[in-house]
Amino acid sequence: MDVKTILQDTYTASSSAQSGLSAFQQENWTNFSNWGLPALKHEEWRYTRIRNLFSDKLIAGQHQLPAKETISSFMLPGLESANSIIFVNGYFVHELSHIQDDESSLIVKSLETASNDEDALFVKQNLGHSARYHTDGINALNGAFAAGGVYMRVKKGKSLTAPVAIYHFSDSSNGLRFSQPRVLVNIETGAQATVVEHYINWGSGDTLTNEVLEICTSQDAVLNYIKIQDEGNASSHTGTTHIRQLAKSLTHAVTITLSGNVVRNNLNMVMEAEHGESHMYGLYLLEGETLADNHTIVDNAMPHCYSNELYKGIMDGHSTGVFNGKIFVRKDAQKTNAYQSNKNILIGSNSAANTKPQLEIFADDVKCSHGCTIGKLDEDALFYLRARGISIENAQALLLHAFAMDILDQIKDEHVRTFADKLISNRLSFTI
Amino acid sequence: MLNFADSKLEQIMQEEQEDILEQITNSDYKYGFVTDIEADEAPMGLTEDTVKFISAKKNEPSWMLEYRLKAFRHWQTMETPEWANLTFPTINYQDIIYYSAPKQKVAPNSLDEIDPELRKTFEKLGISLDEQKRISGIAVDAVIDSVSVATTFREELSKVGVIFCSMSDAIQEHPDLIKKHLGSVVPATDNYFTALNAAVFSDGSFCYIPKGVRCPMELSTYFRINAANTGQFERTLIVAEEGSYVSYLEGCTAPMRDENQLHAAVVEIVAMEKAEVKYSTVQNWYPGDKEGKGGIYNFVTKRGICAGNHSKISWTQVETGSSITWKYPSVILKGDYSIGEFYSVAVTNNFQQADTGTKMVHLGKNTRSRIVSKGISAGKSQNSYRGLVSVAKNASDARNFSQCDSLLLGDKCGAHTFPYIEVKNNTAMVEHEATTSKIGEDQIFYCNQRGIDTETAVALIINGFAKEVMNQLPMEFAVEAQKLLAISLEGSVG
Repeated sequence: MDVKTILQDTYTASSSAQSGLSAFQQENWTNFSNWGLPALKHEEWRYTRIRNLFSDKLIAGQHQLPAKETISSFMLPGLESANSIIFVNGYFVHELSHIQDDESSLIVKSLETASNDEDALFVKQNLGHSARYHTDGINALNGAFAAGGVYMRVKKGKSLTAPVAIYHFSDSSNGLRFSQPRVLVNIETGAQATVVEHYINWGSGDTLTNEVLEICTSQDAVLNYIKIQDEGNASSHTGTTHIRQLAKSLTHAVTITLSGNVVRNNLNMVMEAEHGESHMYGLYLLEGETLADNHTIVDNAMPHCYSNELYKGIMDGHSTGVFNGKIFVRKDAQKTNAYQSNKNILIGSNSAANTKPQLEIFADDVKCSHGCTIGKLDEDALFYLRARGISIENAQALLLHAFAMDILDQIKDEHVRTFADKLISNRLSFTI
Repeated sequence: MLNFADSKLEQIMQEEQEDILEQITNSDYKYGFVTDIEADEAPMGLTEDTVKFISAKKNEPSWMLEYRLKAFRHWQTMETPEWANLTFPTINYQDIIYYSAPKQKVAPNSLDEIDPELRKTFEKLGISLDEQKRISGIAVDAVIDSVSVATTFREELSKVGVIFCSMSDAIQEHPDLIKKHLGSVVPATDNYFTALNAAVFSDGSFCYIPKGVRCPMELSTYFRINAANTGQFERTLIVAEEGSYVSYLEGCTAPMRDENQLHAAVVEIVAMEKAEVKYSTVQNWYPGDKEGKGGIYNFVTKRGICAGNHSKISWTQVETGSSITWKYPSVILKGDYSIGEFYSVAVTNNFQQADTGTKMVHLGKNTRSRIVSKGISAGKSQNSYRGLVSVAKNASDARNFSQCDSLLLGDKCGAHTFPYIEVKNNTAMVEHEATTSKIGEDQIFYCNQRGIDTETAVALIINGFAKEVMNQLPMEFAVEAQKLLAISLEGSVG
């Protein structure tokens, strides 16, 4: 069977006419059928080849649940008793998820349920907004399978006692596993939440995850979002995190990519109201054959918004780091302040960096800047350390760790930060 | 009470500033006249016969016709590129006259025999065709519509071995050089407009600097579109042999017309070991009127190759004209230790659109490049910088610095940056920075306080903004360019 047939069969099996999502799924399936998978010719995908990831050995649909113990062994340290949302092979599993906060502050239910109850209007209005920014088959393909997704609402004025950790388990024991998680988050007026995403390749085969996460923040809401990718080099990922700031609110995102085969992250901040503020940080620390591609969009539609962005990359071995940062300032978005910076260090003699910072500005009273650098470690700094008896390996690790610290420091949750730091330090063999 | 007065005052100041901006961006195009010269034209439209007609008109050898036909056939298979950040109606390539030459009764043996009308045209444009005016000290190749009408100082240049003549003459007189270098940097198949140009180019300048010669004067080409409904397709080729140096200037103007005219040129530069070529452009094609009607579509491919070690190519451009500019002067840094530079000021006003930038392709070791691009947008114009810095796998210790700044005058224009940076070598050092802002109220206030009125202050600030690029221009050009900058923006500051 070819890929198209596999996907078609899975789609037919999973879609039901009763669901409030069926029209949405249908529309996305049609779009996917028309557009297909993006090729390198597609400007947004020119550095990242994903077509060949879709082999005819791909397994989609079915899922077998892991044991509770398996799940707990993969929990982020310190967050074992926090809110957890479990996805298995791209399907939300209610019975394995654990909601710590009570119903007066946090609601978690399947997207399908939400599309039929009091949240139906919100779902209708906000689900699929990311497609306006990604008119490609990959976003549409996820939409076609949205029924397996989850909906989460943080209620008005509440701040959660613990972060919400979303774990994505992909069972690769029978071959190339294709998962398509879908998440819709509603953060109501004055609410505060931290969302952490973590990915686990549960098996010894290859995985491919195609995720779409959409978040809306209302007046005075605060969102902290952290994405940690360290699934191993057998896993590929295409993911979109789409954040709409519907009213004056504060969002803060950190994306950390440590391993993978082909990893593509889209992060969008759509500032639809005045006085919005958003921060975007990213670190890609790559080795082997990994290709990590971070595409970010800051869309300033209204005046008086502020955004700041810093992405850093360290490439070793044959790895490739890709960064594309778009800043749009629409016609009426006067007094916008938007800053962007991308810094790369090439370590491996076969490593590469492709970067494209992009400004599109239609208003005059703005302050926008971007900068990017690609280079090697500072010889003087290396010499300084070596002159003090530190070996070349340790000196390098020390400098790289310091380079990564700028991003690590941005993770506000202590447990997550410690966890990420441990992964990075291990990778750099950093011991002092 | 005091607060009220303050805000009132602020409002008045604001309004005054806007008025002045308005004035500055509203000036007129002064080269918009038409010369009444009888012209020899090809029939409208483009077929193989048109290509043959042009080739026959120029009495070209068969290999040249072959070259053209091959390019034409390839062009037919291609599609107009649509990736640029430009919007314009589809060009009907059958609505254009591909060859138009001012009729001259006899071929001029000396400059005195040139049609006085033509001479007058160039005098009006401030270009001296008269060799007596040695004071200007610049050799000029004057191209009107499709053909070169005069090349000055040819004799003097030939004494040191420099060849400077029209492309048509070069095809007749130096076929070996042309065969060797034409299309070597910009192949006909490179893109849609190079294929079109290769098929129908009618003239242009050829310049050859022999080994070890430092060209004794600035060389320049002056392009003028005169006839209606025509397209201009010229081709410039500069070859700098080992250890030579040349500074080359290019200027362009066109009459004011309601229709859009197409200009698709190709410039190729070859720099051998230790050679240096400095290419400066002041592009002032007719930009269209204030409603965006008319103006030149300027689709130009410019590329140089630093073929030898220690060679250097430097592009400087001041872009104020054309309703649409699509232009990316590039350098291929093939030789070790070679240097590429790109300095650009692009000004857009009213409904102009510019998508311009550069490509620096680092292939050799220890190559260096520097990009300084300043965009100024006013009115309802759109100004984009699009550039590529590429470091190949074997290009160790490459170094690049890029800076793109945009200045926005008015709230209806746009400024965009699309820099592509691709590095495949871990010893490379690449830096890029870009900013976008408007003229600060505090800057204007600072000048006002010192008795400088707002209009002068704005001109001062714009000049300062563009200075880094202006400084790269040869002196004669810098003065003209600075004036042009002021005129282009007249009525737009506020």
